[in-house]
Amino acid sequence: MNGLMDDAAFSRALKSRHRRGNIWQRFFRLSTIVALLALIALFLNIANSAFGYALQDYDIAPTELVEGGDIASLDNARLVAMLAEHQPRRLAVYVRDTLSMVDASVFTTLPLSRVLEGRSYPEALASATIPEVTADDLQTILRDNLTHDQLVSIIEEQVIGINVLRTWSLTDSLTNRAQIEAIAAENPRANLIFRSWLDLNFLSSPMSGNAAVAGIRTAILGSVWVIVITVAFAFPIGVGAAIYLEEYATDTPLNNLIETNIRNLAGVPSIIYGLLGLAIFVRALETITAGRTVLSAGLTMGLLILPVIIINSQEAIRAVPSSIREASFGLGATRWQTIWNQVLPAAMPGILTGTILALSRAIGETAPLIVIGASTFILSDPSSPLSRFTALPIQIYQWTARPQPEFRAAAAGAIIVLLILLLTMNASAIFLRQRYRRKLTA
Amino acid sequence: MSNRNLSITTPLDIGRDPRLLNARLKRQDSTEPILTKQARPGEMLIRAFLLFCGLLSVFTTIGIVVVLGSESLLFFNSGVATLTEFFTATRWQPQAGEFGIMPLLSATITTSIVAMFVALPLGLGAAIYLGEYARPNVRATLKPILEILAGIPTVVYGYFALTFMTPLLRGMFGQDTVQIYNNAAAGLVMGVMILPTIASMSEDALSAVPRSLREASYGLGATRFETITKVVLPAALSGIIAAFLLGVSRAVGETMIVALAAGAGPCVLGDTCFNPFAAGETMTGHIARISGGDLSYNSVDYNSLFSIGLTLFVFTLLLNLISRSVSKRFREVYQ
Amino acid sequence: MTTNRAYAVELKDVNIYYGEKLAVKDVNLSIAHQKITAFIGPSGCGKSTVLRSINRMNDLIPGAKVEGDVVYRSQSLYGRDIDAVEVRRRIGMVFQKPNPFPKSIYDNVAYGPRLLGIRDRKVLNEIVERSLKHSFLWDEVKGDLKKSGLALSGGQQQRLCIARTIAVEPDVILMDEPCSALDPIATQAIEDLMKELVKQYTIVIVTHNMQQAQRVSDYTAFYSIRKEVETEGKEKRWGVLVEYAPTETLFNQPSHEETERYIRGEFG
Repeated sequence: MNGLMDDAAFSRALKSRHRRGNIWQRFFRLSTIVALLALIALFLNIANSAFGYALQDYDIAPTELVEGGDIASLDNARLVAMLAEHQPRRLAVYVRDTLSMVDASVFTTLPLSRVLEGRSYPEALASATIPEVTADDLQTILRDNLTHDQLVSIIEEQVIGINVLRTWSLTDSLTNRAQIEAIAAENPRANLIFRSWLDLNFLSSPMSGNAAVAGIRTAILGSVWVIVITVAFAFPIGVGAAIYLEEYATDTPLNNLIETNIRNLAGVPSIIYGLLGLAIFVRALETITAGRTVLSAGLTMGLLILPVIIINSQEAIRAVPSSIREASFGLGATRWQTIWNQVLPAAMPGILTGTILALSRAIGETAPLIVIGASTFILSDPSSPLSRFTALPIQIYQWTARPQPEFRAAAAGAIIVLLILLLTMNASAIFLRQRYRRKLTA
Repeated sequence: MSNRNLSITTPLDIGRDPRLLNARLKRQDSTEPILTKQARPGEMLIRAFLLFCGLLSVFTTIGIVVVLGSESLLFFNSGVATLTEFFTATRWQPQAGEFGIMPLLSATITTSIVAMFVALPLGLGAAIYLGEYARPNVRATLKPILEILAGIPTVVYGYFALTFMTPLLRGMFGQDTVQIYNNAAAGLVMGVMILPTIASMSEDALSAVPRSLREASYGLGATRFETITKVVLPAALSGIIAAFLLGVSRAVGETMIVALAAGAGPCVLGDTCFNPFAAGETMTGHIARISGGDLSYNSVDYNSLFSIGLTLFVFTLLLNLISRSVSKRFREVYQ
Repeated sequence: MTTNRAYAVELKDVNIYYGEKLAVKDVNLSIAHQKITAFIGPSGCGKSTVLRSINRMNDLIPGAKVEGDVVYRSQSLYGRDIDAVEVRRRIGMVFQKPNPFPKSIYDNVAYGPRLLGIRDRKVLNEIVERSLKHSFLWDEVKGDLKKSGLALSGGQQQRLCIARTIAVEPDVILMDEPCSALDPIATQAIEDLMKELVKQYTIVIVTHNMQQAQRVSDYTAFYSIRKEVETEGKEKRWGVLVEYAPTETLFNQPSHEETERYIRGEFG
């Protein structure tokens, strides 16, 4: 040895060095495992709430209303008559919540021609206000305008009045069966059912103030509308900007500014985009967007994901070999001919994949929608870009924020739908990429 | 290269196609100019449109600055608070006309600190494990799973914080210590949300450290752990710092987790604001709660949201800028 | 401006820069009409750079600048009112690495004519067939024109690229080391093809391979490198045209000692 350390001391020291290394290696592995456990806990926690026993009773049992208890077998006229019989004073409220085209504050003061613009109502009542309309006419209006599904869900909610008395999580349902049945036995009027909060009714019913019958159809449609507008706005602009930056821009201060700016925009918190959307689209451009509408939301989301689309598209365009561009230029193509015929087709799989991933971010984004005001209680499906709306993540947020456990269960059901939607989008992005890759090489 | 049949035959004597543009133009013996520049209005129009697309992002930034700035100006001009009061007053109570951002800011800081306590060590640990220790097939399985965490919507994390983390903490530390809404649950789950970002950026930084440096260390008799801590980590430090700063910026700007789990009312400065087990409302949480309610435009409440937004914007922008300049310097060293 | 009819392209006092850096200095060269002219010389001598200046491909490289005149049919290609797109329609290019578009064989060849506005399916069919025949590829691909151009072998891909170039009937075809990525059999096929094509086209070829220049070309231009030590450890390098002569003459009786050393394989 050279005098630094004798052999025995060295091997002793080495042993302790290795020991320390092994301890840390365990910590590093543990970090990864903790992250994976968190993911598993998150999924199990959602599944745990979305399925389980529920104790429910009725204000009026369906069997008392109709032989056999099948409400859906009745026609619209019978349903409206039933509604009028059991809730005679709330007919105008249903008109307001489901059919009114105006704000609640002016609902009772404007004539029907404004309140029910575009709906069908007796011609003679065009200039009457809601308080002047008779109960019979209100029944006619409800019967003529509401769909069968809407009427059934109003009856379920307002007449039958399913009340969820108590819910149990999946784990409780599986392990504490005896105790649950004992509690159920104390409520002879109530039924104990094993409930999947995510079922076909949940998907097809509109929003409701009653968790037992609430669904997410309105929210899903709202999300779809918003996403369609987001794509229609952000895809052409985003790809256009990427083309400009990759194919046209030279090293000028303006172009560098654009490039830097896009990187910075990608890091701006989403709630700031909400404030921008609120001030610009909802307020300043109200004459075009009609305020808190699908259009405002789609444009706001479009601005939000624009930087992501641009950056992803730039990468896809950059990956196109320059030999293809040279070949095209060499044949006397102009720049745009080269881009349109050669660069874009070759970059398209990458661009589409990047866009789908950006959209899957947009579809789960909640904060900007809250800020621009999607959170109002909406019963009617959005039907145009100028409709007011709610969206899936907003629905999840509202249900989670409520203290009643049955709404948490409904929120869990909605989360599963959202996650499945995201999974589908991501899978299709991967599928698309693989397919195009094969096509290009085959 | 076997049996490739090249079938070279005598080519047909093919004249030039009279329908082609070249042939229609003058032949070689002409001296008339043929290469004169053509006006291509279509090309110019497309170029202008594409430039406009690029500029739209600049307009977005200008829009953000103008909107936040002008509404904040209205807020400060309304006389309810001066700029100094805004940053120094200790209570945020719009009903009482008190607009001090400190309670909101301190809740933001508390949740972010909790989040980074989770995200930095675990994210870095996961990066080191995946990048330096894990076998390739383990890595190929674990990495995409970890990335799923990054793709989960924040509202889902909020649900998780409220319905899982909060009961867990209350079970561990007692119902009296841990409030129903608390910064700790929000912060911990936020940490899980940010973890994959830190892990993937750190792993990039670690893998950018040249092989030669590691080999030099091993060559001197260092163990794997010593090589990682004494050579690789210091060399990748600025990349890791960039990841950390970006993580902080995301924690500060995160809304849904804190809106659901951290509390629905500003904390009281000097009492609960820095207590992770107490409720507190962050800047983002406050904006979400107030704008989600019935908010009339042109009210002081409305304007105050934008001044909070401006504070948030400046805060996150600075963090992002520093993060990017640090990581740029890091890349310049090794690439 | 006057042009000698025998020449397709004339380069007059051409200097080419990349940014501040001088790449090629003082090239004077007249390229003979419907002949094959070869550019040879050591790596870095700027022969490809000169070639690319003939159809303004250098425009695509940011910072590239050409001084002097490149004259084609009495017009200076770098004149103010000259359209680079028009130039490239008449002076086509074949590249070092075969670069078919990721499309079908048919669409590869039809691309140029379509750019010129030819939409008639019958006319396009004719052009595609004739171009593929003319590039000796027709017999190998005629059954499957829908197949991707990328599915062909390297030599076939390069012949497809030539077919694509001649489909627009240029005057001049520039070839930038077209055989360097190919095996000897495919190289042979391209060389045979060039000898056929020269009956109708002017061809300029850059080659690393002196035997190839000797085999196919009528004229040869030899380029070399000049160096100058600027400051301590920093060196300026640029390319120059050393000698230009009929191929026979250049290889058998070179008038410059540098040329002789190069063709004897003593450097480069």
